[in-house]
Parts: sequence; structure tokens; C-alpha cells
Amino acid sequence: MSAVGEAVRERTAGLFWFWSIGAFRRVLPVLFLVALAAFILGPLLSLILWAFAGQWFYPGLLPQEFSTKWWTVVFGNRSVVSSIKYSLMTAPTVTALSALICLPAAYAFARFRFPGRRLLLLSFLSANSFPKIGLYITIATLFYRLNLMTTFWGVVLIQLVGTLLFMIWIPTGTFRGINRSLEEAARDVGASGLRTFFQITLPIALPGLLVAGLFAFLAAFDEAQGTLIVGSPNYITMPVMMYTLVLNYPQPVGAVFSILLTLPSLVLLLLAQRLLRQGYLAAGYTL
Amino acid sequence: MTPAVAGVRLVNLTKRFGTTAAVHDFSLDVQQGELVCLLGPSGCGKTTTLRMIGGFIAPDAGDILIDNRSVLRLPPERRPTAMVFQRYNLWPHMMVADNIAFGLRLRHIPPAAIQRKVQETLDLVGLPQAGRKWPHQLSGGEQQRVAVARALVLEPKILLLDEPFSNLDARLRVRMREELKALQRQVGITTIFVTHDQEEALTLADRIAVMNRGIVEQVDTPAALYSRPQRLFVADFIGTMNFFSARYVRARGLLVSGGVGVAAVGDWPDGAAITVAVRPEDVTFAGEGQGIAGQARRVVNLGHYLEVVVDCPGLGSLKVFTDGRRAVAEGQALTLFMRHLLLYDEGVNIAEIGTPQFTRVPAQSVVEDAAGR
Repeated sequence: MSAVGEAVRERTAGLFWFWSIGAFRRVLPVLFLVALAAFILGPLLSLILWAFAGQWFYPGLLPQEFSTKWWTVVFGNRSVVSSIKYSLMTAPTVTALSALICLPAAYAFARFRFPGRRLLLLSFLSANSFPKIGLYITIATLFYRLNLMTTFWGVVLIQLVGTLLFMIWIPTGTFRGINRSLEEAARDVGASGLRTFFQITLPIALPGLLVAGLFAFLAAFDEAQGTLIVGSPNYITMPVMMYTLVLNYPQPVGAVFSILLTLPSLVLLLLAQRLLRQGYLAAGYTL
Repeated sequence: MTPAVAGVRLVNLTKRFGTTAAVHDFSLDVQQGELVCLLGPSGCGKTTTLRMIGGFIAPDAGDILIDNRSVLRLPPERRPTAMVFQRYNLWPHMMVADNIAFGLRLRHIPPAAIQRKVQETLDLVGLPQAGRKWPHQLSGGEQQRVAVARALVLEPKILLLDEPFSNLDARLRVRMREELKALQRQVGITTIFVTHDQEEALTLADRIAVMNRGIVEQVDTPAALYSRPQRLFVADFIGTMNFFSARYVRARGLLVSGGVGVAAVGDWPDGAAITVAVRPEDVTFAGEGQGIAGQARRVVNLGHYLEVVVDCPGLGSLKVFTDGRRAVAEGQALTLFMRHLLLYDEGVNIAEIGTPQFTRVPAQSVVEDAAGR
């Protein structure tokens, strides 16, 4: 034991001399963890500080003066408030519409064999595999003809594009993961196909579907490029508003708005985590 | 036209997947209250047959009658059958009581009656306390018992079980088997049970249908199946069996294999290739007349009996089960006698020989016979 320790000490004596210091060896993982935490939480922390900074000049580590005046500036701006309203209108509509279109398709992908099944499934991936801006501009020319530009439903449709992937792929996997004999057992005791879907398949799939819905909501909520092209100037949602604020206002305003933009994601994530932890899922029933 | 068969009647049932016949021309009568096993290796069509009865697969041809009425047009939810699946039996988002009550609720039975029936059925399968538990809180055996309860609570005419114990460990499987048998007798329900485990089939079933490649080889009681397998496949599949091939020498009334002749009389062509089968327990080391010379190659003590592998020149190696009263050492020279031979021609049983008489046949004389013909 000690002989081995001696040998190690000798070999590490050169470049890594400090390795032999026990305290250092113990502290290193802690330091690494702190660095990681700083890397992840640092920007968030600075965001919060900026949002509440009244005065913050170099070289102060903290703002010289705290204030909520930028919050009143943000909420006093009528176009900011309307962007929040539009965002909270479109994102849920997009999520619901996406679920309505995609969930039956996902069930079909998972349960039925039909020609072109794999190709169709892959085609939903294709929307995400190209630079979106080109796609949006092509769609925009189409929307001009259909009189969908600068309309609510135009914005909803353009945001729908980004949600399809989540709403097809995740639920397809979820439905496929549900053993068919669970459904057959329901048919066997007298449930019709429809009842089996709503009372057996859907509840068992719910955690997976909630995750898909969450991703879809966030994808719609964060969508800026397509919404900017299709919606402006009538329908400015929060991410689009962000561009204007960052370009035209002092830094703290951007920070305040960033927090507002993060809030729905944060709330939904916490909510989803609670839901997913509950009940039968807690007992190792995996997605 | 036929006597009332209160049970299941399969008539020329056929199902093809692509070009291969999963089930071919399967006919079977299951009597009221009978427990019939469909036994066979995997891919023999037994589960397909069961799923056709349950209504999950539509047959290509043939008919399924329950209580003399065709159920072919009925979807699974309208058939008087209840199925217990191999695994993933219980709905994970419902408690045990709700799992069992699900089918009753669909039938608009008053809640108080549902609660009473659920509790009765839980008592019946020996899990009176399990109602308020979640499926994942139960062991595998308990889950299967709840699955049986869920099937029985609806009082179906036919109970279908698709290898229900195959995911349980060996000890539990044996216990569940006993419990199921007792339960089935108590309730008196007509039951069709699918398994690939011959021991399970032999201990459980009133009758067994042995299937192979979509075809029914033999339908019989366990005892008859064991002692008189009608086909070579059944002889090989059920229990342990020794086989050796022989040629029929018509002029001398002998089946000749190696240097051994067995007296046999039958209307078979001269030189017919016949497979001779004998159970290891029908081979003995003591007997009358002429025996077969051999040498013990391997002796395995299995507790209540010895398994001896004997090399017999000309016949190949034969497995012998014998009680341990007479010690046998490896390498020891032995004389074998046989009790009950089964003869197969092209896979079909053609004759039995109760007490075979052996003669030594020098290879020379067979050649002479062949030359003299």
C-alpha cells in the first residue's frame, strides 16, 4: 500500500506535484461542481441582477442601486403587453391544434402497418432538418395568396410547423411502448375500440403525451422567425418583441423581458415534473 | 344434427399469414367444463388458434361455435370468452379492484353489486386484501391471479389462457398450476390453455391437443398421449423417447437393426424402413429370453431414479431409467430387455409390440436374405 503510494508520489512529482496534496484532491470535485453551477446558473443570475438593477457601473460586482423601475417601463409599454397577450393566445392554440392533428396520426404510426409509413414518419423530421428561414419565406409567399399574412391563423399555422416533430415522434414512441395486450384485454372484457382508446390507451400514454405537449408549447412560444415574417406588424408575440426591446431600450429592459419569456417554460416544467412524478408513474412505469 | 355440445367446437379452422399456414384445418370439440391444452413448440399455431377463439384474429376458413352458435361475426367484446394473457395483463393506471370492476362497469351493474362481486372474486383467487393495491405493488404470481380474477368475474362461458405462467419462476409456476386446476374444478368453467411446456399440459389438462406447424398431431388424454403417441412427432415431443431405425425382413418376420432382430408380424413391404420407439422406463436390465448387449456410458443419479445411457452396438445409444436398487457403474457391460415398443412408418404409428422377442441376427444373414430375393 505504502509502496504503491510512494511510487505514485514519485511519478507525479513533476508536473502534477500538487496532486499529492490531499486537501487539493478532496477539493477538486467540489471546485468542478461549483464551476459547472456557475456556468449554468451564472447567466441566469446576472439576468436577474440586470432586471432589478437601477444603476450598475463598472467595476462594481453588484449593481450600485436596485430598483423595479424597468419593470414599470416594460409593463407600461402597450405593445409589450399586447405581445404577452398574443403569445398567450397563439401558443396554447397551436399546442391544441397540433395535438388534434398529430395524436391520431401518432396512434396510426404506432399501431398500423401501411405502405409509406416510415417515409411519412421521416417527413415530419424533414421540416426540422433544413434552415427554417427558407421554409418560412416559401410559406409566406403562399400565405400572401391565401390572405393569411398578418392574421392570427397565419401565425398559428406557421408556429405549428415547429411543433409537428414533437407531437408526432414522442407520442408515436409512447403509443408503441404500450403493449397491445393491454388494449386487447379491455376489448376482451367488453369495451369497444373507442372506449378502449379513451379509458385504457390514453390514460397510460398521458405522461408521454404531456411531455410532447410541453415541448410543442415551448416550441410555439419561443418561435420568432416565422412569426416575425407572417405576423408583423399586427401580431407581434413575445419573442418577436424581444428583438425590438433589445435593439431600442437599455439593457435592463431586455433582462426583464427575458425573465417574462422564461416564466411560462419554468412554470410548465415544474408542473410537468409534478404530474410525471405522481401515481403509477412513480413506480418505475417508464415512458 | 349433432349432440348438443355446450362448449367450444372448432370446425376446419384455417389461418394463413402470407403464404404459410399458421393453423391448418383444425377441428376440435371441447366439452362443457373441460380443460383442454393446446401444446406445441413455438410457432406451431397454438396461440393463433386461441386468439381466433377470443376474436383477435379472423380465421381464413372454418368456423368457431360456442354453445352451438357461431361466434365468427362477433368482435372480442361480444364473445362469451375471457382471455388471460401471457404478460402485461393488468392496466397500470387502475387499482386492482378497478381492473377487475372495469368489465362489470361496462355492463351497468349497480356499484354495490360490483363491489361485492369484485371482493368475491378476489377471495376466490386468494387475494382478499389486494383490492386497494396498484398492479405494480403485486408480485408476478399475484398479478396473474388478478388477471384470472378479472377474467372470471364476468362469468364467461369459456376461459382462454395464453401461456399465463411462462413469465413466472419454476416453483411459482408449479404452484399456480395446482391453484388453477383447483379453481377450474371449483368454478367448472370450460377452459382452453395454451402452453409449450409439456409438463404443464400433462398435469393440468383433461385432454391435450398436440400441435406442430399448424397441424393437430393428436388429441388425447395425457395418459393416452404418453403411452400411445399416434405420430412420431408426439412420441418425440412428449416425455423422453429412444428411437432406432430398423428394416423389415418379411420372410423371417423380423425387424432388423444392426445385429438385433425383433420378432414382428405386419403387413408391411419387405425392406420397409420402420422407426422403433421405446420409453426409457420400458428398457430394463433383467428379463427373459435373449437380450441386447450394451455398455453403460454414463450414469446420472437423479434422486428417485438413475438415468443410464447405454451404448448398444448396431442400435446406437439408448437412455434407460431404472430405480437405484441395482447399482450400475459406468463402463459396465449390460444386457437390455424391453417391454413396450412402438413402431412408426413415415411418422405414423403402425403397431405396438407388448413383449418383444429379440434374436441375434448376424450381418451376414441379412446380406444373404437380400441376395436371395
